[in-house]
Amino acid sequence: MSIALDTRPSVRSGARAAQEAARKAPALLGKVLSAVLVLIAAASVTFFAQLLIPGDRATTILNLQTGRSQKWSAAELAPVNEKFGFDHPVLVQWLHYVGGLFQGDLGTSFTQYRPVTQVIGDQLLPSLVLTLSALVVAWLLALTITLLTVKRGRFVSGLGSSWEAVTASLPPYWVGVVLLVLFAVKWPIFPVIGGTDLWGTVLPVLTLAIPLAGFLGQVTRDEFEKVLDQPFVTTARTRGMSDTGVRLRHALRHSVLPAITLSGWALGALISGAVIAENIYGRPGIGQVLVTAVNTRDVPTVSGIVLVVAAVYVVANLLVDLAFRLVDPRLAVSKGGQR
Amino acid sequence: MTILASKPGAAATAEREDDLLAVENLRVAFGGTEVVKGISFGIRPGRCLAIVGESGSGKSVTARTLVGLTGSGASVRADRLELGPTDLRHVGERSWRGIRGSEIGFVLQDALVSLDQLRRVGDEVGEPLKLHGWGDRGSRAERVVELLDAVGVPEPELRARQRPYELSGGLRQRALIASAIALDPPLLIADEPTTALDVTVQAQVLDLLAASKERGTAIILISHDLSVVARLADEVAVMRHGEIVEHGPTAEVLRAPRHEYTRALIAAVPSEHTRGTRLVAGSTSVPRTRRPIDRGRPLLEARHLTKVFRGPDGVDRTVVDDVSFEVFAGETVGIVGESGSGKTTTARIALALLGAEGGEVRLRGNPWSTLSDRDRRPLRSRVGVVYQDPLSSFDPRWPVGRILADALTRGPTPPSSKEESLDRIVRLLEQVGLGRQHVETGPLRLSGGQRQRVAIARALAPEPELIVCDEPVSALDVSVQAQVLDLFTDLQDELGVTYLFISHDLGVIHHLSDRVLVMKDGRVVERGTADDIFLRPQDEYTQRLLTALPRLEQATRGQG
Repeated sequence: MSIALDTRPSVRSGARAAQEAARKAPALLGKVLSAVLVLIAAASVTFFAQLLIPGDRATTILNLQTGRSQKWSAAELAPVNEKFGFDHPVLVQWLHYVGGLFQGDLGTSFTQYRPVTQVIGDQLLPSLVLTLSALVVAWLLALTITLLTVKRGRFVSGLGSSWEAVTASLPPYWVGVVLLVLFAVKWPIFPVIGGTDLWGTVLPVLTLAIPLAGFLGQVTRDEFEKVLDQPFVTTARTRGMSDTGVRLRHALRHSVLPAITLSGWALGALISGAVIAENIYGRPGIGQVLVTAVNTRDVPTVSGIVLVVAAVYVVANLLVDLAFRLVDPRLAVSKGGQR
Repeated sequence: MTILASKPGAAATAEREDDLLAVENLRVAFGGTEVVKGISFGIRPGRCLAIVGESGSGKSVTARTLVGLTGSGASVRADRLELGPTDLRHVGERSWRGIRGSEIGFVLQDALVSLDQLRRVGDEVGEPLKLHGWGDRGSRAERVVELLDAVGVPEPELRARQRPYELSGGLRQRALIASAIALDPPLLIADEPTTALDVTVQAQVLDLLAASKERGTAIILISHDLSVVARLADEVAVMRHGEIVEHGPTAEVLRAPRHEYTRALIAAVPSEHTRGTRLVAGSTSVPRTRRPIDRGRPLLEARHLTKVFRGPDGVDRTVVDDVSFEVFAGETVGIVGESGSGKTTTARIALALLGAEGGEVRLRGNPWSTLSDRDRRPLRSRVGVVYQDPLSSFDPRWPVGRILADALTRGPTPPSSKEESLDRIVRLLEQVGLGRQHVETGPLRLSGGQRQRVAIARALAPEPELIVCDEPVSALDVSVQAQVLDLFTDLQDELGVTYLFISHDLGVIHHLSDRVLVMKDGRVVERGTADDIFLRPQDEYTQRLLTALPRLEQATRGQG
């Protein structure tokens, strides 16, 4: 046969691999840079938002300290203005705030007179543990239920998708209260007031994980059903693969992709939604701090927490991007450019 | 449902005791609907049986049934269904798994979706080995490389590490075949193995299957394409509505078809012999009455078009490279080429949907591609377009009437009243062989052929001077394709429409075109009248294309 051999995207030698790495490096750098820009933007928005809150900031601080609500004389306000830098032009204050971010300085709390980083720092770890565990547990729940029930006859599939629809629509605070009443009060398996130990973490984690699992399960099931109808699944069956094999070795990997995309959003939503679980179980965390700070109009603390949540979103989405590329290597190709 | 059907089948198979696979009176039903209605056939080692039919004929269901994957909710009955000594009617799921892959290999069409895109080619090819406990990890890896090498995949070690999307269509299809023959099964079922492949690649894949046949593998080839069948099959069974209407040696069936449906199918294949006539059975002898072509000033004139795209590897690729052509009013210019030849990009530039880096397109001697979007908008209606997949170019919620009404308002003479609009819509529908009853129908409820007719009506609505057709019949069954091709020629004879017709199908282009451009890698390698190109090709590439093209006449050579 004299027909020319195919020479499409193929020949990948060592040199080519190196080239590819060199090409990917700027892409990664770009992602990190844009993440930093997002954070600066978030900081700027919170900074200007606090300027828009009616009332003089120094007056607010003095009122908070003294527990009174009155007008203060210029002489009384001056030291406060100086301490917090309110006497500088707005632009300088903004530069100072954003500049401080890079040195790990989120400003000073109005109520506690401590750096915001300290106020948040003590509480951040329990919150991160809670949200990350909730995400992992949600994934395990969602995958188990999907794998066991998708396309297993009308009854079992119906059971699985109803479970997902119901749990996805449950409000977390309701789940929290019901779990508390059932497993801490009626059958006292878990403590009512959750500490940060393993045993006290179970119910708060479930409170957040169950509705999320329903949500992740729904998108995974949709995708799973579509994938099981794909020709490559038929091909695998014609090779003699069992149903379980097809599900685990072929369909699963394809069907988790949408849920991975959602996980970036979910992690951010979890950390800001953690306040519910933390309140119900009296668990320390930035949720509690946020509620207190909002009630006392402690603006720097609120801004700090908003920034932390934004940072979690940004990091989560970077991780999602990475995970997506690992699961679906096509992405690296298709994002490169259009043909 | 007749019991009668089993009688002739039984007679035909009685004398064939050496059959590897024997099927008698096979019936498959989904719910209450029977889709395979008592068919019988058999196949011996080293032979190829082709089951030919259009979509809905039951050919693919038959293929799936032979590997026990008919699907949930199907009921399968047969008087006999035997593979060697095994009675396939009483095989449980576990035993089926032992048969699939090792006793019967299965090749599906379009390896892009038939291979798991997220896994490495080597894992996919080696999967049957692993499933059937062949060797250990190391020996399997070696065997995969051997297999890829055997099916003619260059650099097999490298390819095994790549993923299917990194391979070209031809290499993917070879990998798929490698996986099907990994355990050297005595029976290979290939369901449309070359659909979606370019002709040269198609020829390679068919050669590969022929080599397998030489080594003693029995092949059941499922296809809608009679020409493909002619190249490989020893026997042909023509299926329609779940029944085998004709079954015999390939040469006999194709040269002297006995059944009316087979004759219609063969007549519907466009080729050099059908030029200037209609394709639909019963009207094939009627010659076309062409309107004269105005060879004065060209209607559309493309000069030195060049288009560069940046590939995913950051390297610029010249997709259209110095392409010039002109289209005269009333004629059909065909652009033929394989995938990646730049023919669709050329069409998009001609439509001014895509800018070009170099060159210019002029319409009736006036600027066209160089106009600003705003200046071009009033002229848009002078060039219409018909795509391969009309459904994706319709708003699926709009009924046919609304789709056409919308197109009418874009023309130079928009209808002034609701009544006039409806009148003109009905007239358009009648022109394309539809009618008033389709005005309120949604595109989702139309068949593929009807949708393409609506797309043509939409293109005609603003009374364009030129219609650009991009693979407009490639997704249609051969008999529907014949009807739509007839529609194109009828409209040209009645209305004097001009076509720029893009297709990968050499037969279609030869049937329809007055003049032809052959494109390869973005360049026009040959141009001329259709007969010059197809009967007296000068360029080496055109010659290669024509050699690779499977033809019905091949059946009459070297067989019987």
